[in-house]
Amino acid sequence: MMEPLNSNTLSTSKLFIIAGLLLLAVGMLFGLTGALQYLVPDFIKQYLSFEKVRPLHVSSVVFWIIFAAMGSVLTFLQQYSGKEIFSPILLRIQFGIFTMSVLAILVSYCWGVFGGREYWEFHPVFALPLAIGWILFIVNFLKSLGSFQNLPVYVWMWLTGLFFFLFTFMESYLWLFPYFRNNIINDITIQWKSYGSMVGSWNMLIYGSSIFLMEKISGNKKYGHAPIAFLLYFTGLFNLMFNWGHHIYTLPTHAFVKHISYAVSMTELFILGRIIWQWKSSVSAARKHYHHTAYRFLMAADLWIFLTLLLAIAMSIPAINVYTHGTHITVAHTMGATIGINSFLLLAIAFDILKDSCMPFSKSLKWINRGYYMANVSLFIFWISLIMAGILKAKWQMSDAKIPFSTMMLQLRPYFILFFISGIALVSGFYLIIVPLLRNQAICYYRALSQKHVVKPHKISAMYTMD
Amino acid sequence: MSVNRKKLVVLFFLLVPFLSYTGLLYTDMPVTYNPEKKEEDAGKLVWQKYNCNACHQVYGLGGYLGPDLTNEYSLKGEEYIKAFLITGTGAMPQFHLTETETNFLLLFLKDIDASGMSDPKTFTRNYDGTIEQ
Repeated sequence: MMEPLNSNTLSTSKLFIIAGLLLLAVGMLFGLTGALQYLVPDFIKQYLSFEKVRPLHVSSVVFWIIFAAMGSVLTFLQQYSGKEIFSPILLRIQFGIFTMSVLAILVSYCWGVFGGREYWEFHPVFALPLAIGWILFIVNFLKSLGSFQNLPVYVWMWLTGLFFFLFTFMESYLWLFPYFRNNIINDITIQWKSYGSMVGSWNMLIYGSSIFLMEKISGNKKYGHAPIAFLLYFTGLFNLMFNWGHHIYTLPTHAFVKHISYAVSMTELFILGRIIWQWKSSVSAARKHYHHTAYRFLMAADLWIFLTLLLAIAMSIPAINVYTHGTHITVAHTMGATIGINSFLLLAIAFDILKDSCMPFSKSLKWINRGYYMANVSLFIFWISLIMAGILKAKWQMSDAKIPFSTMMLQLRPYFILFFISGIALVSGFYLIIVPLLRNQAICYYRALSQKHVVKPHKISAMYTMD
Repeated sequence: MSVNRKKLVVLFFLLVPFLSYTGLLYTDMPVTYNPEKKEEDAGKLVWQKYNCNACHQVYGLGGYLGPDLTNEYSLKGEEYIKAFLITGTGAMPQFHLTETETNFLLLFLKDIDASGMSDPKTFTRNYDGTIEQ
């Protein structure tokens, strides 16, 4: 029988989700600004030129994923173990470190302070608190887990994500040593070794939490221990470790890096095949659970996993990658993965975790539903516009006619316009979804404050109930 | 063998090759370390300081607003790049680089240029899906 949980540590875990949602809200606005700068290059150039806007967007949304992933693991771990987190103080310190570091990083970008590399553009000094915060996360997780006997697949995934993120994050800072940085080929090889696996690491955290959530919704606890779940987990881990080379097929690095990656990437066909095989049962399960807001986001993510995986497998073939590499098709793949998969899965998790607030979402459901459809349809148009722009750029890259870069960019302009317009719709859709989530939390917080009491620890008896 | 142990064995047989692969890459880098390239190395730090990668690519990796700069040094020449660095463009701000920073950055771009070709047209596509340059 599960023990009652104290809401204090659960509240701190929720804060990670709330902070993540705030970062998402801000990050999308930076994304729109960047998309507008493609159309109007000197737009607010004096204040926020593109080299500032891009990292502001990327870091905000990457930290949305990391914060929400941490929040989901911390919350679900407590629900899984039936115990409070080992150290609430460590948890608060972890939250404090991450929040302060991310705020400092975003401010430093506005001031034009960089020094890092693509995706971690911030000054390397900020990497230290982030690594310390992550180590605290690992310590609290291990101490809270209790028994290591007969662990379900999602706990394996959480453990994998925790350790591999730390390893790859540290590996991504090997460039601080001249030995790794001194030659561009060595530098890029190690950079993409770490980045490729790092994405796999946070995916492990998110997919693990999604499996836990699916079990909660369906009430079927068998999947977590099923052989097929572990087979898929080990396939994912195998890819996390060895398939990163597809990012650097055109780099004159070791040939074996490319061959290993090509071969390993093809094992993803097994995952793709399973999605197609499971399609019918997924559709019938979707009909059964469609009334759950959280489930609907899981269902949308399922469709985006299919589309993104299809594109990823195609791009993992070097002879196709040579066309798509360096084009907007790569961006389409990234957007499909981070918005269509990661963000939708994390929103499903956010709805499940934040539903235990002082007021229900029922009044906002109509708007959330509109946001859901708006986000999905506009994301598809957004994705297609990037693929179209990518095809044109690929054609330009492969053409013998020496058309200048600026002329090629003008030819892509109609697709950038479509990208920007669908981007506005996408951001609007997301705001319709996340504003009610944040508003509910804010109202509950102020209600608690006005009643001049801190939320008292209460028993979460409805932990496994539906919204 | 217990269920947990079987999984740990699988994990072990994945971790050992992963760590060996990692160790191999760290010790046998694609290009031999040359400690004399101090100025090129300083140029890379200038590249990072001004976040050039936000708009420009190297070997097709980076931003999409500006052109790939892998072989720009030999294609356009030093003076052409210098002119852009000084005046900026519609989207590119004037970064007001010092002369030393400009020189280091140019050496870095020259070094990248010498490392290989990024033009996808230079690759031969094979029927087994692999590519060669």
